[in-house]
Amino acid sequence: MTKKDEILYDHHHDGIDRRGFLKCMAWAGTGALCVMQGGVLTSYALNRAADPSMAAAAQGELSFVQISDSHMGFNKPANPDVAATLKAAVDKINALPTPPEFLLHTGDISHLSKPAEFDNVDQILKATGKETFFVPGEHDVLEDDGKQFLERYGKAANGAGWYSFDKKGVHFVGLVNVMNLKAGGLGTLGHEQLEWLEDDVKHLKSSTPIVVFAHIPLWTVYPQWGWGTEDSAQALAYLKKFGSVTVLNGHIHQTMQKVEGNVTFHTAASTAFPQPEPGKADAPGPMKVPAEQLRSVLGITDVNYVRGHHALAVVDSTLA
Amino acid sequence: MKVHVWIAGFVPLATALLLGAGQAKVETSRTGQTQPAAVEVKIDNFSFGPTTVTVSPGTTVTWTNRDDIPHTVVSDDKIFKSKVLDTDEKFSYTFDKPGSYPYFCSVHPKMTGKVVVQ
Repeated sequence: MTKKDEILYDHHHDGIDRRGFLKCMAWAGTGALCVMQGGVLTSYALNRAADPSMAAAAQGELSFVQISDSHMGFNKPANPDVAATLKAAVDKINALPTPPEFLLHTGDISHLSKPAEFDNVDQILKATGKETFFVPGEHDVLEDDGKQFLERYGKAANGAGWYSFDKKGVHFVGLVNVMNLKAGGLGTLGHEQLEWLEDDVKHLKSSTPIVVFAHIPLWTVYPQWGWGTEDSAQALAYLKKFGSVTVLNGHIHQTMQKVEGNVTFHTAASTAFPQPEPGKADAPGPMKVPAEQLRSVLGITDVNYVRGHHALAVVDSTLA
Repeated sequence: MKVHVWIAGFVPLATALLLGAGQAKVETSRTGQTQPAAVEVKIDNFSFGPTTVTVSPGTTVTWTNRDDIPHTVVSDDKIFKSKVLDTDEKFSYTFDKPGSYPYFCSVHPKMTGKVVVQ
């Protein structure tokens, strides 16, 4: 399986080719290394970030890793051993030339919200020796309206688990958009959380770099499959004054990027199994690839945010 | 070997019978004839099938999750609510009162269905 990097259309002269962009969306990865440089966030797929030639590029004021959709407990043909692939992601993290300050997990930690599933993920992630910040996915709040999630990961959080923190001048906001889902609808933040967000960022200087992370994409990726958030526009309106906003999501089990004004959107791959590209299948269920290819489709997209261009450079490459 | 052949033959046959029963159900309800008291709805590929079932009062509807991903069956009006159904798990509810009962999967709310009792 080989793919060439090629630019077919580059209307904005930003190095992004729309068709190539769509192609790269199909690939799953093990995680993304995010580096804050001069207030601008750049992300690298983990398999490339471990490459020594990338090490120089990955030097910044702050680096962290995003992982997502571990689905601990899933054991169907698309990946009978999700613990092994999560461990592989941990190995990638531990091999990074520049150790990340911390990890973000953007939800679907577990498959069925079972205590043993959460325990297993905690145990595996412990091998990184890093603090991990979580937001819940819909699989983490089954049955109990997220009580268990809050007890484990959100003791200091507000409402259903939203919170913010600051690291080296960067303001991080973890949002919850998987609660109280309505028939026929998308992800929802809700009035209470939106009010909290407005208040949370009000006092910040507009030069503060903002990183928002949540499970379901905060932009409309594919509403037919529920890949979007009903009231995300309101949340983004509160972030308009900021020069640099980066939104990190999971849920769709594939990498995807979009830039809109001051906001860069990025979805991470799953550590468990890939899902189809939007509309490329009847339904968004687990996508089965031959067992020997499962890991070979992991982590092959590098994303660079070029300062001043307000655009992402997306480079596709396969693992040999 | 004989057993295997029998199972292979039986499963599609049983499925066909169930499907046939479901379709007959919908048709007979329109003509107002006697209803069977049980109807099956399959959860497959992120959808409920049939999406709408029409039954007579007293009918028990059973949902079976055939997907690799867990789903739920939750009434829009909170009249009935299943636990999370993992692969091959079932949920049943008996509809006594005439009316329209829209429902959805609370994990994947784009999945919707309806039970009409008349």
